[in-house]
Amino acid sequence: MALREVALSPQRALAAKLCVNHLSMVFTRDGKSTPVLQDITLEVSEGEFVCLVGPSGCGKSTLLNAIGGLLAPTAGTVFIDNEAVRGPDPRRIFVFQERGVFPWLTVEGNIAFGLFKLSRSEREERVAHYVKMVGLQGFEEAYPSELSGGMKQRLEVARALAVNPDMLYLDEPFGALDSITRHIMRGELLRIWETERKTIVFVTHDIDEAVQLADRVVILSARPAAIQRIVNIDISHPRDISSPRYLELRDGILQQIGLAHKI
Amino acid sequence: MGLLVRLRPIAFIGTLLVLWQVAVSLNPVHILPSPWGVMRGIVDLLHHGLLFKYVVASLFRVSWGFSLAAILAIPLGLAIGWYQRANMALHPLVQVFRPISPLAWIPLAILWFGVGDAASIFLIFLGSFFPLLLTAINAVRNIPAVYISAGRNFGLRPVDLIFRVLYPSVVPQLLIGLRITLGVAWLVVVAAEMIAVDSGLGFLIVDARNAGNRYDLVVAGMMIIGLIGLLLDTGMRSLENMKSFRWAYSED
Ligand SMILES: Nc1ncnc2c1ncn2[C@@H]1O[C@H](COP(=O)(O)OP(=O)(O)OP(=O)(O)O)[C@@H](O)[C@H]1O
Ligand SMILES: [Mg+2]
Repeated sequence: MALREVALSPQRALAAKLCVNHLSMVFTRDGKSTPVLQDITLEVSEGEFVCLVGPSGCGKSTLLNAIGGLLAPTAGTVFIDNEAVRGPDPRRIFVFQERGVFPWLTVEGNIAFGLFKLSRSEREERVAHYVKMVGLQGFEEAYPSELSGGMKQRLEVARALAVNPDMLYLDEPFGALDSITRHIMRGELLRIWETERKTIVFVTHDIDEAVQLADRVVILSARPAAIQRIVNIDISHPRDISSPRYLELRDGILQQIGLAHKI
Repeated sequence: MGLLVRLRPIAFIGTLLVLWQVAVSLNPVHILPSPWGVMRGIVDLLHHGLLFKYVVASLFRVSWGFSLAAILAIPLGLAIGWYQRANMALHPLVQVFRPISPLAWIPLAILWFGVGDAASIFLIFLGSFFPLLLTAINAVRNIPAVYISAGRNFGLRPVDLIFRVLYPSVVPQLLIGLRITLGVAWLVVVAAEMIAVDSGLGFLIVDARNAGNRYDLVVAGMMIIGLIGLLLDTGMRSLENMKSFRWAYSED
């Protein structure tokens, strides 16, 4: 645990992979303006796993979309590798909260969607690997309408991982899964993150999920979202979810969120 | 059991035909030809080689008018739907032209194209153009933003985004729009042929009445129009059921 922190800290100080700089977002609709993000400043280092938590409707998805270049912020800038983000990029793949699997493609077609630069055999190999990883064997030819909600989520995760991005933006990717599959998927995500050192920004409103996965948990306030607190989860993996430290961290965050609800 | 169910509509139609025949023979006032008379009328038309000629003439006009409309309206509609701004600018114009029945254009069509194929093709074109344009505009605007975001996220160039995301997203709605519009085009061709040309099924109906009150031929013409309409609709439906579009019609 301590070793890990030591290993990460200098890196953190040296090179921020992602730099969110005084980001603000105001939506204007029918002449009425709604501030959604308020002066968000955040750094995420290379290979770090960061969870964003906050009450429903506070602006988590908006923040993720702005970080990923799908939404232009009203003010502020996002830098990745010291370069301003101007749009989406295949090196950084989203898993969308609204479920973005393409209904006109089969399971295989969806996973292969971003692999158009690979040769046919490489593509097939990659697809087979990820089909297996998310447990969709036997459904290769199925269309998303023939899959359950959880299977669709796994499919979208597989499609994101298949292009081997260096960052993942995951917006409640396991929201529709049963608790068993959720557990397996978390474990699988951690395994991939540890072996491939991807930088992950993960939105959830499940505090336990955040504490189990993240290096740091960013707590957002109710809308307009501002960063309320950032909690370091200084427990090494695999994490014992009944250890005193785990419970202490989790309860601390719960308390913070409770306060957030009252504001 | 299954056979019985399938035979039911045929039995029903048969019963209606018998009732029709009986009613006509019981009623001394001549308000409708009998089914038997209509059958003879159809045979008569076949005999003179008119039926085939008229069906071909009508289908020819519908194919041209409808295809031209589809070729122009669909890409235009997709482009308009994509660029919200253009949509804003064009919207009132489309809304003003749309409610004008294509039949209201008949005088202008004859003035511009004279009596003949071109005039009726033009009318069918008009009747198909606006519904298809609106279908295409709406199809694009209804694409869930998340599909476009995902497509862009995977680094598709604009051309690929059109072929790999835009096109598959809109095809199901376009097919439905095409099917409904083909039905409209088939309605318009009959009306157009009543005035603007001297062949086709619409012409058959007015001509049969004007040249000797041959109501058997009038009803024969109506029947054939109905049958061909049904065939066109069935053909378009089978397109919708093609395997590659299967996803769109199973509920999600
Ligand atoms: N395009 C938009 N135009 C106007 N308002 C928007 C738009 N997108 C989001 N909002 C508003 O911004 C606020 C935050 O939305 P967002 O989707 O970011 O919330 P969230 O934190 O992800 O919520 P949840 O946990 O329920 O997913 C909401 O009040 C929403 O109504
Ligand atoms: Mg959200």
